[in-house]
Amino acid sequence: MIRFIFKQENKITLIAFILIAAGLILRFTGNTDAGNTALIVATIIAMLPIGIKAYQAARMKLFSIELLVTIAVIGALFIGEYVESSIVTFLFLFGSYLEARTLERTRSSIKELTEMAPQEANLILTDGSRKVIDVDDVEIGDRIAILPGGMIPVDGKVLSGEAEVNEAAVSGESIPVSKITGDQVLSGTILDSGYLEITAEKVGDDTTFSKIIELVEEAQDSKSNAERFLDRFAQYYTPGVLVLSIIVWFITKDLHLAITFLVIACPGALVIGAPVSNVAGIGNGAKNGSLIKGGEVIETLSKVDTLVFDKTGTLTKGRPEVTDFKVFAGDEMELTGLIGKLETASEHHLGRAIVEYAEKTSDLSAYIMEQASGVKGQGIEGTISNHSIVAGNRKLLRENGIDIPPDIETYALEREKKGNTAVFAAVDSKLTAVISIADKIRDDAKEALATMRNNGIKHIVMLTGDNRHTAAAVAVELGIDEVHAELLPEDKVMHVKRLKGEGRIISMAGDGINDAPAIATADVGLAMGKGGTDISMETADVVLMADKLSQYAHALSLSKGTMRNMKQNIIIALVTVALLLVGVLMGGVNLAIGMFAHEASVLIVILNAMRLIKFKP
Amino acid sequence: MNKVTMQLETLSCPTCIKKIEGALTKTDGVESAKLLFNASKAKAEYNPEKVTSAELKSVIENLGYEVLKVKEA
Repeated sequence: MIRFIFKQENKITLIAFILIAAGLILRFTGNTDAGNTALIVATIIAMLPIGIKAYQAARMKLFSIELLVTIAVIGALFIGEYVESSIVTFLFLFGSYLEARTLERTRSSIKELTEMAPQEANLILTDGSRKVIDVDDVEIGDRIAILPGGMIPVDGKVLSGEAEVNEAAVSGESIPVSKITGDQVLSGTILDSGYLEITAEKVGDDTTFSKIIELVEEAQDSKSNAERFLDRFAQYYTPGVLVLSIIVWFITKDLHLAITFLVIACPGALVIGAPVSNVAGIGNGAKNGSLIKGGEVIETLSKVDTLVFDKTGTLTKGRPEVTDFKVFAGDEMELTGLIGKLETASEHHLGRAIVEYAEKTSDLSAYIMEQASGVKGQGIEGTISNHSIVAGNRKLLRENGIDIPPDIETYALEREKKGNTAVFAAVDSKLTAVISIADKIRDDAKEALATMRNNGIKHIVMLTGDNRHTAAAVAVELGIDEVHAELLPEDKVMHVKRLKGEGRIISMAGDGINDAPAIATADVGLAMGKGGTDISMETADVVLMADKLSQYAHALSLSKGTMRNMKQNIIIALVTVALLLVGVLMGGVNLAIGMFAHEASVLIVILNAMRLIKFKP
Repeated sequence: MNKVTMQLETLSCPTCIKKIEGALTKTDGVESAKLLFNASKAKAEYNPEKVTSAELKSVIENLGYEVLKVKEA
């Protein structure tokens, strides 16, 4: 029965409207009794859903707005104000209808996300044939085929095939990423072109995509201090209004004034104003690749004045790359090929960087590897296409009896001071090339830092476990105010604590497990979440899904924008109530106008919050 | 202790939160209940020997709210 009434609420609103129109016409044409009857029926019908909600809330010991309206309407019926009673109930229902519609819009970002969730999967059976199954039925270890345009249903590893994958759903970044055998793929991402076969590794609620949705849902409901304050306020305010209106009644002996007071003092816009800003703000963040975990984080983030960064993997790409390949003798193409081929035997990350570089310019399959062996902590040596090659540090050269001429030594030192690691390469016992390898600064780092400085950041600190040279080089390039190098994870925590002790509000950004303690210590912890490592997603308050520092800058200005929006909403709500109160006391506002203004203010705060959905810094 | 997540119709009144949470918590066998207002989801932890997820669904329906999907985890 109750469900039936709630379901028919829209129809009830419409019927009430028709009855009110009929009643007013009847009264106007002299049929006062018939007109009044129509208005009373309209009031009673429209009161059904309102009254039930008021009763349900009262049973939970809650003073709801519905209760205030119910009392006011009963009062209006009692003193024979049928026009006002019917219009108030109608406006209240119609207002709730509009509220529900507009509220849905503020939640649209998260809704778009959930609608992007994969529905089905192409299971590969043991006989090689394919079968489409529901994504919930996929089990760990299942083999799944993904066709062009298809959505990857679960997190997994590529078994075979090659493809370009659009990971926008997870990272907010729409440039396709290429995937080959052995790569990780994420649920919710879309295969642009190519074909993949994957094994399922995480299914159901454990996939990165499901976790993101859950995080955002929880975040939109976690309250900021301001919201908690307003909630507590409303808890006392609503019964307070009831008491006050009774006092008004006693003093003025005017029941009409008392019930008008009851309606206009409803705290509607005040209660909804703050959360609705947060919901829209968090939704905007999620869509742009920065997951902000709740209203409280937004509040703190908007006050941050000091940024602390880890270096490797946060300010830099976290993956060494060849920055210079300096040739002192011989043909560059030939050298790149020979050294590149030798390094394919290397397990070291510097070796991998050289191979990656060499593959871009030379065809490594044209060279023949006759012999190769790695020398721990020094480099690699071997024979490629009848040449003996040595590639490594100074020690390796010395042990092979190869001299480093002074001009080459000067060059190498200079490169090292700029933050590079120098790899010396000799062909047939003659030093011919120096390869500089460095972990490059992220492309958007400089711009993002500048944006954040313009946004109220006063001090930027870098904490790194790396050596002084490299740290200093990065700090100079990015214009960082304070640098501490060669730190252990606990040293990072100590520095964050010290900065906090200086009265700063700290946001710490890092990646990986070693930064987790410092991230947890800071006022706001921020993690690079590419690939969605569980630890970073759990300990951090903000997760940057595409590892882009521009997303950090976005989150920072978004938090300020959201706080501004929230303050505007609170002001709108308070001003409306104040104006109405004055209006009532001056006698210009009746019940119906009061309800109208009240509903209008609720809609205005929701519409104001909706601006945040499209917020761009 | 079992966990259940129920997807409800779109909720629009903030008082729904306390109403639904309160009704679920008062149900015998429910350890904790949480309502995600913006996601319109109700989450509850309950003792499967005392109450079933179907019963929890009807608790919410009796308050007048539609339950669209029940997912046990």
